[in-house]
Amino acid sequence: MLVDVFTDPDNQALYVAGFRLILGLTGASAVLSLVFGVLLAAMRVSPVPVLRSFGTIWVNAFRNTPLTLVIFFCYFGLHVNLGLSLSDDLNRENFWLGVVGLSAYTAAFVCEAIRSGINTVPTGQAEAARAIGLTFGQTLWLIVLPQAARAVIAPLGSILIALTKNSTIVGTIGVLEAASVMKQALNDYGATAGIAIFVVFAGTFVLLLVPTGYLFGWLAKRLAVRR
Amino acid sequence: MTQQALYDHPGPRARRRNAMLTVVFGVGLVALLWFIYLRFDAKGNWEARKWSPFLEARVWTKFILPGLWATLSAAGLAMVLALAFGVVFAVGRLSERVWLSAVAGGVVEFFRAVPLLLTIFFLSYGFPYLIQQPVEPFWAVVIGLTLYNGSVLAEAFRAGVRAVPRGQSEAAYAIGMRKSQVMRHILVPQAARAMLPVIVSQLVVLLKDTALGYIVAYSELLQRGTELVANFGNIVQVAIVLAIIYIIINAALTLVAGRLDRWTQRRGMRGQAEPGGLGAASTMSQG
Repeated sequence: MLVDVFTDPDNQALYVAGFRLILGLTGASAVLSLVFGVLLAAMRVSPVPVLRSFGTIWVNAFRNTPLTLVIFFCYFGLHVNLGLSLSDDLNRENFWLGVVGLSAYTAAFVCEAIRSGINTVPTGQAEAARAIGLTFGQTLWLIVLPQAARAVIAPLGSILIALTKNSTIVGTIGVLEAASVMKQALNDYGATAGIAIFVVFAGTFVLLLVPTGYLFGWLAKRLAVRR
Repeated sequence: MTQQALYDHPGPRARRRNAMLTVVFGVGLVALLWFIYLRFDAKGNWEARKWSPFLEARVWTKFILPGLWATLSAAGLAMVLALAFGVVFAVGRLSERVWLSAVAGGVVEFFRAVPLLLTIFFLSYGFPYLIQQPVEPFWAVVIGLTLYNGSVLAEAFRAGVRAVPRGQSEAAYAIGMRKSQVMRHILVPQAARAMLPVIVSQLVVLLKDTALGYIVAYSELLQRGTELVANFGNIVQVAIVLAIIYIIINAALTLVAGRLDRWTQRRGMRGQAEPGGLGAASTMSQG
């Protein structure tokens, strides 16, 4: 029966666990990719050619590679071949490998967003900073990045939303996140409750992400630098 | 801001600091690469037998090229369908008939918020029960890609149409065009040109997302690659070669788009869209 699928406590537990994993993957990757993305952006605008080329290569490689392949490589390349081990527990291990893949991929997009934000800061700001003797690092960290950050809240919001959706791909390396749970549910109950199952899982994403989009839109307007 | 504004022309101290940074970062990077090299070496990843399959014609004609063809045909069809879907739903959402714009808006918002993988799973494993026959992986991938990317493109077109200066449509009405004509001949073409960078970066996203076909056993490039792995046990090598193929194709697509963009600008074919209207839209396709 249709109702039984959703009232069964085992199914409910799977559903909750699936979305907790989505939120966990998203949260951990969001923090890591933000830090690394800002670092990459700093590299790409720095006066040191080696850092600049490293940033450029990273961004172009990861923006143009499918995330599925990145995650795939994190498991078979980093874990199986390089012996990278992030946890003793197999489930935790795959979770963190997924976080590494998502962060490496998303950082490329964060970097480009920050860089476009840096371009919105008027030249006079950096010139004034240099005129009072600030170094490159100080100019970037104290003057330019704070203004750039307020200009890129909306794009960063889009990246966060994309990251949440992308975290479903970590299911390929055996993390039982929401999409894998839904696939399992469709296999078990698809004949009677196929549409209902899709509506519940898709609806949860809509409920999570549409408000997030509006929140970031509102924040972007509120924090925009008036010029 | 030009990047040169961020730092002065380096004096002696800055030059020394930059040189030191170069050395420290360079040494760190080389050490990391050396470490990876050694670990791969210990697992036998540099052995000729793991790389030599890529020199055999059979590997290319039986695995990689068919996979590439499957990827490109799914992507090509989905691109055409997504562009059509995008235009139709953008126009629908801009309609003055409330029910039409509400339905179009609902569909677009829904598919933009739902992960593509979820849609593809539903099409592969749930939808067959409804139509009482299996859905081929090819169609699950193409329809999924169309619904998701079409919805993102619909928002891009809508933002583009709203960014076309009002004088354009006023002039069109003044010479007696009907509403559908104004949309078809005046607004959509200008919106499409103004939004070209967004459209192309979304097409790159679409091409990359065909790799999700791997998860539902559509025999595209990645899937074919794993078949190679089954034959030769060279997973790292296959992943590296596949990544290079994807990077070349997507970089080429981006390059063509850049050319096209400059070309339309030089020809003055681009409407004088207000920058404020474009800012929000140009942020939409983010992986």
